[in-house]
Amino acid sequence: MKVLLAVSHVPDTTSKIRFVNKDSEFDKTDIQYIISPFDELALTRLLQIKEQIGGMHITAVTVGGADVDPTIRKALAIGADDAVRVDAEPTDALFVARQIAEVFKNGEFDFVMTGKESIDFTGNQVGEMVAEFLNIPSVASAASLELNGNIATIIREIDGGKEVIETPMPFVTSGQKGIAKEPRIPNMRGIMMARKKPLNVVPAVEQAAHTKVVKFTMPESRGACKMIDADNPAELIRLLHEEAKVL
Amino acid sequence: MSVLVYTENWDGKFKKATWELISYGKAIAEQLGVPVFALTIGDVADDQLNELGKYGAEKVYHVKGEKVSKFVAASYTHAISEVAKQVGAKVVMFDHNFTGRSLAPRLAVRLDAGTVSGVVALPSSYEPFVVKRSVYSGKAFVEMQIDSEVKILSLMPNSYKVSENPIPISIEAIDLDIADELLKAVPVRVEKIEGKIPLTEAEIIVSAGRGMKASDNWGMIEELASILGAGLACSRPVSDEGWRGHDEHVGQTGKLVHPNLYFAIGISGAIQHLAGVNSSKVMVAINNDVEAPFFEAAHYGIVGDAFEIVPKLIEAVKEFKAAQ
Repeated sequence: MKVLLAVSHVPDTTSKIRFVNKDSEFDKTDIQYIISPFDELALTRLLQIKEQIGGMHITAVTVGGADVDPTIRKALAIGADDAVRVDAEPTDALFVARQIAEVFKNGEFDFVMTGKESIDFTGNQVGEMVAEFLNIPSVASAASLELNGNIATIIREIDGGKEVIETPMPFVTSGQKGIAKEPRIPNMRGIMMARKKPLNVVPAVEQAAHTKVVKFTMPESRGACKMIDADNPAELIRLLHEEAKVL
Repeated sequence: MSVLVYTENWDGKFKKATWELISYGKAIAEQLGVPVFALTIGDVADDQLNELGKYGAEKVYHVKGEKVSKFVAASYTHAISEVAKQVGAKVVMFDHNFTGRSLAPRLAVRLDAGTVSGVVALPSSYEPFVVKRSVYSGKAFVEMQIDSEVKILSLMPNSYKVSENPIPISIEAIDLDIADELLKAVPVRVEKIEGKIPLTEAEIIVSAGRGMKASDNWGMIEELASILGAGLACSRPVSDEGWRGHDEHVGQTGKLVHPNLYFAIGISGAIQHLAGVNSSKVMVAINNDVEAPFFEAAHYGIVGDAFEIVPKLIEAVKEFKAAQ
């Protein structure tokens, strides 16, 4: 079984966010990059399944320049078998999804997995777009994934509950919290092996981006926290009602 | 030409988020000089469909039948795409909830359209078309330009005020042929949690953390949420310990929420937690540690023992509600 795992390269959560070029670009200076945590959880679940059923080959794919290689090598260190980097700046979700769909078409994969969103733009878009480009089923926001032969059973979170979905392969699913508990951390052996695993760089196919960043803005600063006496929660309720107007 | 709003229904009923979305769609349609149409899929009674007219929808396209009785992303995308083409939709919009997150991206591919998810305000410009959303865990906003002819948006719940704009509405039933090819990932079971307010749309959220010490102590948290009509949430250690379900975990690796009011009880306020709740309009922190980072982020704070404060807070809310 061959699985394509789409990973994204994102700034670490603790990063200080700054913008350059008249606030139209993210300032990459001194930023530590990581694999987006939901992609890591998706990879972790795949590795668990691989250990159960055996015979699974996991290819990690990402879209980006050579600067994202350390991120994709980390996916290899955690346990992906090989990697593909589509050599292009990821302009928008439509562009990225199209590239991943092309890699899928060229590789006889059985299904695509990714995280529900990247933690920088949190668009929740790429997985579903890949499915539509490939004209195959999709299950977003997967909180559980089990495979039984050619059928996947996926629990999808919905507003106010959950759905149990069965789908034949091929399909696309995007993992969220619950798909795996803790992301796996690469061990020394994994890091050593990752250096020898293939990382194939392929050119991008043409796909127009339809969205672009105009500019970034910072939220208004919120001012100091107003402290209320612990013996007087009624004062808090009064302030929430009269001052903040949220009750 | 039109603005097409996908109005999801829950067992045949619409919600406040639906009215927000139609109101938002109506405001955009007025700027574009086109009507707003609604599209709903599944069994909904006509009197409920007529409600959509109250917020400015001129017409509702109603797709029903056995083949659309269950949500399947591929088939619903197909249905919406067919209607969007038929009505010449310039803008198609969804709620940014679990359903919208499945449908908007698929539809964008179908219609070769640019899409921006989780928009929080009306477009700042129509030519070019520019909308705003939150990025980098609520640490910044971005203004995104959509260049394609058709534009697809999903609106963050609680970010646009409902406004009534009543007009007579007509209902058009649509009969669509849906190929079996599109009905592969089918729900075999749906489990609904009754009486719980989904976090994605909650106006108030009561969230508690490790400071509550054990799962047995959640009674007072549940009571506070219940009298406030609030959604229940928790921090990551709480869901990792299994004290509460993963569906309640808010934060970087859980859910990103955006209520009007967020109570953080016994949550220190790690950066990963704040990343998921930063977009709340007002945040209240209750913690026994005056150094807790949450006090840096919160608008209101109480330093003290949650086990003493929460019962008093419950009494205060009861008095407030009784006086209203």
